[in-house]
Amino acid sequence: MATTTTSDVRLAPLPPAAGRAGLRGAIASEFTKIRSVRSTYWTLGALLLVAIGIGIAVTAGIDGNFANNPGQKGAFDATQTSLIPFFELGQLVIAVLGAMVITSEYSTGMIRTSLAAQPRRGVVYAAKAIVFGSITLVVSLVTSFIAFLVGQALLSGSGVSASLLHGAKVPANVMVGPGPGGPNGPPAVTYQGHLVASASTVLTAVIGCALFVTIVALIAFGVGAIIRHTAGAICTVIAMMFVVPLITAALPNTWRWDILRFLPDGAGRVISVTIGGTNPHLWSAWPQLGVTALYAVALVGIGAYLFRKRDA
Amino acid sequence: MATATPLNVRLSSLPPAVGQAGLRGAIASEFTKLRSVRSTYWTLGSLFLVSVGLSAAICAGTAANLVNNPGNKAQFDATQHALLAFFFLGELIITVIGAMVITSEYSTGMVRTSLSAQPRRGVVYAAKAITLAAVTLVISIITSFIAFFVGQILLSGKGVAASLFHTITVPANANVNCTGGGPGVGPGTCTATFSGTDVVTASAVLTAIIGCALFVTLIALLAFGVGAIIRHTAGAITTVIGLVFVIPIVENALPSNWHNDIMRFLPDAANQVISVTVAGTDPTHLWSAWPQLGVTALWAAVLVGIGAYLFRKRDA
Amino acid sequence: MIEVRGLTKRYGAKIAVDDLTFGIEPGKVTGFLGPNGAGKTTTMRCILGLDYANEGTVTVDGKVYSDLAYPMRDVGALLDAKAVHGGRSAYNHLLCLAQTNNLPRRRVNEVLELVGLSEVARKRSKGFSLGMSQRLGIAATMLGDPKVLMFDEPVNGLDPEGILWIRNLMKALASEGRTVFVSSHLMSEMEYTADHLIVIGRGKLIADCSMSEFISRSSGASVRVRTPMADELIKAVTARGGVAGTGDDDVVEVRGMTAPEVGDVAFEQAIRLHELTTVRASLEEAFMELTASSVEYRAEAPVAATTIGSGV
Repeated sequence: MATTTTSDVRLAPLPPAAGRAGLRGAIASEFTKIRSVRSTYWTLGALLLVAIGIGIAVTAGIDGNFANNPGQKGAFDATQTSLIPFFELGQLVIAVLGAMVITSEYSTGMIRTSLAAQPRRGVVYAAKAIVFGSITLVVSLVTSFIAFLVGQALLSGSGVSASLLHGAKVPANVMVGPGPGGPNGPPAVTYQGHLVASASTVLTAVIGCALFVTIVALIAFGVGAIIRHTAGAICTVIAMMFVVPLITAALPNTWRWDILRFLPDGAGRVISVTIGGTNPHLWSAWPQLGVTALYAVALVGIGAYLFRKRDA
Repeated sequence: MATATPLNVRLSSLPPAVGQAGLRGAIASEFTKLRSVRSTYWTLGSLFLVSVGLSAAICAGTAANLVNNPGNKAQFDATQHALLAFFFLGELIITVIGAMVITSEYSTGMVRTSLSAQPRRGVVYAAKAITLAAVTLVISIITSFIAFFVGQILLSGKGVAASLFHTITVPANANVNCTGGGPGVGPGTCTATFSGTDVVTASAVLTAIIGCALFVTLIALLAFGVGAIIRHTAGAITTVIGLVFVIPIVENALPSNWHNDIMRFLPDAANQVISVTVAGTDPTHLWSAWPQLGVTALWAAVLVGIGAYLFRKRDA
Repeated sequence: MIEVRGLTKRYGAKIAVDDLTFGIEPGKVTGFLGPNGAGKTTTMRCILGLDYANEGTVTVDGKVYSDLAYPMRDVGALLDAKAVHGGRSAYNHLLCLAQTNNLPRRRVNEVLELVGLSEVARKRSKGFSLGMSQRLGIAATMLGDPKVLMFDEPVNGLDPEGILWIRNLMKALASEGRTVFVSSHLMSEMEYTADHLIVIGRGKLIADCSMSEFISRSSGASVRVRTPMADELIKAVTARGGVAGTGDDDVVEVRGMTAPEVGDVAFEQAIRLHELTTVRASLEEAFMELTASSVEYRAEAPVAATTIGSGV
């Protein structure tokens, strides 16, 4: 006869219910979800690899180039240079993860399971945003600092590297002219003036870029909640952050500058500047970052509304 | 709902089997697959609208600009202006369809059904690549030509519009003299004196139009190869856009010019040279038009090749 | 005719299919049974070349699947009804499959009519119920009028009418001389449909015999007797060497004796019988008995609920 065991296993009784299923449990749940899928590690790994790998390639190349073109040292912004690969490419990579945190629930059908377990949708949504935002912030900060430090290490030989501990000077102008050996001999390089990158400006740049990438990640999250389709969300974020600014740049000058400051992508380039003035057509660092943050708030907010209103 | 007596419907007998299930049937199948999903129309439609629409916007804006700043007429490349939106944005839009031709098979699980019907994987892969290339090329050529014509219409009357039928010339240098201007007043009235001429031949224009269409098609194939390797739609699109679009942005943002040596090895560089019609205005750090397009073709060939190998080797 | 010889497939360290050898003959419905995770789907995928076997060979009518001139004319397979592109209409899905094997377009309409999906032919398959998706998959198998049909869990999601329809379809196809190979968990349904069984467990072959032989191997056969004189009957039967047990009230189950023997014993002892019948073991019982040691993922039997809220 059948040999299935019966009634030998007793499930232990649960502890008595206290309070209600709330945000703390939801946050724990979302953290488990995000850390238990491969795509998270692929994406965050790609972020590190791209930001630091390309950062190394870029700064090493520039450093090597200084030997041939010492004139390039004039007003050289070592901090920004080391961070550009991070925030330009990083926002692209992190947009994928940001969108997927929510669109994968729809594409796998998991959304139905999640909302059956916790029907208070506002709680689920908030937990997702909080967990994702926190993880992204931590990873972005780590990446930003590593990219900066590695970049400065590679630039140290040329005397233009920046530092988090003390101010750094770079020449304001570099004049390269014929040297004592005549036009065929080594050129004479004269450095004129200096510009200072203070340690606090550098710190602002490093942290600011990490914040920027995190905010863009949240923009992708909001777009994902609105569109609910992975590829579509990513295409939309790419259009917002890369394509629209490019198109705007092609417009006649008078319109161009007025519009650019209202776009979400400018903040990265502004907040990473440590040497010299910023673009007069854009706002200064923190206000420009605020513009990007406004986009994130609006999109995450619209996403929240739709997440609650629509059928799962 | 079928009643429980299905076999009253007699299936007619099939024609006798001749030959084998091969490339021709596979191509017909892939074309059916492409034309029967919405994303194809979304993507190709966007490609057309964006390319033509923005060509109009850019050329209209530039035409107005040339009135106020006649000095800009020097070495003005009307063809490149008209095709700018097409090759710059088209390369982005086309990655979606290029990748999805293969990644959607994996994401929907259809790949198992497709490979059960046709287990010769090389045939399936080749058919996909051929169909994608053919469809993309046709739509790209049409889009390229229309974007060109729209742009020239909007630039007409300024003496810089290009033509497919005869050679035109643009001034090589401009000397701009402005009078009556000053701080707070504006630039005043400007007159430009031109010297020298640059020739824009009809064949250069034709090369640019077709070359840009070829470029966009090659990027589609590049995306196809990446899609076959990564098998994930969002990942493939992002990787290709990162490679083709964002890395150049990074390079341009950097202060130094050492990267010029590297740019010529990247797949997207071709669009800056193949779209040039005014001789001598192409970027010096890149190779000339067809060799640079060859670089793009090489990238596409390598990625499509790696994709083919993986498509055959991996479990479905 | 499908021939599997020494088929072995590993996924990393795990052996999914272990030296499997069997043949599937035309003219009958062969059921493919096994507990979950036994390797049934893997075997079918290896037959179709979707997975590459590590060792062993699989041939269809003597040829490797990918060497067949028109695979769809030889084998029609339904592995996963949901493996279709949801954005494509049923018609276009079948059309693109038909085109790969140069099958005429009219065939698409014919098979749609066969399975009863003609009315929804132009609808996108995303909106199909599970039953409709199954029928679409079955339509796809019939496109090439194949000699061999393979179905992996075809009755999943079908209503009773649909299940009956598939059963008739498979029997009709087998009676036309085709080879029908179907895997299923629905034992009661398999009992009616299959003529021959292949049973595997943990990747190994457990049984390869006809349905009746399989069931008769099981120890589940018994004789059911309904009598008002149960005690007397039990005594009499036990005296003759049979084993008797009581069910409800006046039902006695006897093992080790045939029904005629039980009837004769009762007659000799003047015991009144109200019902005397042979109870064959069901396929389910035979299967459970045979594969008890091969179950990979066994669920624990549920326990009667404790009093709610007792907290004990």
